[in-house]
Amino acid sequence: MAGGWQPERDAIAVQRGPEPGGAGGAYRAFGETLRGLKTTFARVIEGPKTIQYPEEKVPVYPRFRGRHRLHRFEDSGLEKCVGCSLCAAACPADCIRVVAAENTPDNRVSAGERYAAVYEINLSRCIFCGYCEVACPFDAITMGHDYEMSDYNRGDLIFTKEMLLAEPLERTPLRAEGE
Amino acid sequence: MIAHFAVVGYYEPWYAQIVKAVVLFAIALQMVPVILLLERKLLGRFQGRYGPNRVGPFGLLQPLADIGKLIGKEQFQPSTAVGFLYTLAPIISILCAVAAFAIIPFGDVHDIFGTGIGLYGLDVGIGPLYLFAFGAVAFYGLMLGGWASGSKYSFLGAMRAAAQLISFEVAMGLSLIGVIFTAQSLSLVDIVAAQEGMWFVVPQFVGFLIFLIAGFAETNRTPFDLPEADAELVGGYNTEYGGARFASFFFAEYLNVLVVSGIATTMFLGGWMLPFGIDPPGWVGPLVVLAKMFVFVVLFIWVRATLPRLRYDQLMSFGWKVLLPLATANALVTAIVVVVTD
Repeated sequence: MAGGWQPERDAIAVQRGPEPGGAGGAYRAFGETLRGLKTTFARVIEGPKTIQYPEEKVPVYPRFRGRHRLHRFEDSGLEKCVGCSLCAAACPADCIRVVAAENTPDNRVSAGERYAAVYEINLSRCIFCGYCEVACPFDAITMGHDYEMSDYNRGDLIFTKEMLLAEPLERTPLRAEGE
Repeated sequence: MIAHFAVVGYYEPWYAQIVKAVVLFAIALQMVPVILLLERKLLGRFQGRYGPNRVGPFGLLQPLADIGKLIGKEQFQPSTAVGFLYTLAPIISILCAVAAFAIIPFGDVHDIFGTGIGLYGLDVGIGPLYLFAFGAVAFYGLMLGGWASGSKYSFLGAMRAAAQLISFEVAMGLSLIGVIFTAQSLSLVDIVAAQEGMWFVVPQFVGFLIFLIAGFAETNRTPFDLPEADAELVGGYNTEYGGARFASFFFAEYLNVLVVSGIATTMFLGGWMLPFGIDPPGWVGPLVVLAKMFVFVVLFIWVRATLPRLRYDQLMSFGWKVLLPLATANALVTAIVVVVTD
């Protein structure tokens, strides 16, 4: 800008609030106090906003990333997981352990060549990022809606394949489409 | 020379006085948990939440649970504390609060079981002076408690408490002078009787406001809760207290709220009288006083939910530069009006 900094040209006068103190200040403080009292009383009229959690729950969105679930094919009942360990490779928290085994004609567990003999997720390490879900080529693992996973022992937080495959208890209300 | 004491009020036989003292103490003791719960419930509502609602139906047993917890705790004492004073301080605090409660009149003299009994602990001829005397002694509870704890936070809290309470007691006393001038008596029962027809809140509105504001400061309530100032002083004079001793301080504080509410009711809101010339039977009187007191308690809670804490210098300049001159002017104007109209 030409001529550098010139206060009379560059500074803009804004309206200032009244000076504090004095009789006028006391009068304004009194008025503002009444306004504050009105504001708090309006909260009483509105009623509490609290959600009383164990009895009331906020419904989760369909894409909510809760506890993982493993899936089976609905028609054949075979597990979708083929034990490829891509989820374990994608996991930034390194909380998934997969040990694969070959399917045999007598013992067909999954639809592919191999299946997960051991599939464990250590939920005390999981960060619920959902990368396992993205990495899975067969949509065998998805993030469910369950977020109530507290337990008394760390060992109980290592979820096995059977636990992940089981239908979860309906503990979490789901938000309806478009809600 | 025979000392002349002002003979006012009505004195019952000694056994009636003992019974009254016990009854009054029981009432005071029962009201504190009620306002404790009321405060937490209302504070919740003012902040858009429920407040305690888990212990018992509607959380009604919450104060009981709190007291049970506090009494069950260890009587801890810091190694730097001065043991004797440390123990004495909560006792002074609670004693003064209960003593001040005694002069709140709940009704006139009534005939109960053939004996005339005044529905008050004590009708002293020096009503407000008695109140301020015990209020002043109660400071020792806070100051000794803070000092004897041997902790810098407690000490800071105690110093603040002393400075604040002394500054605001002046304004509080002066705000009541107008009422005393108008009623021409120091007996609280006479002052209530003088409000027949018009409550003193109307002619003494400025005095009423000053008394209320000073009352907030006297009871260490927000916006004047600097002696406690949880955020900066941890807990002020009661930082090092725990268990039943802390409960005593807490109890005294809420009892002080009740006392200030009671004095405001008596001095400005016509005590046990109902407005518009309604003359109920005598037993309604105590209920009317209790109802009026609860209005003040709700106001205390409402203000606590609304206003933030003042800075220390703001508090002091407000007390000395605004309240005190205002209270003095109020007393002067009242004096002139009383003399002119008399």
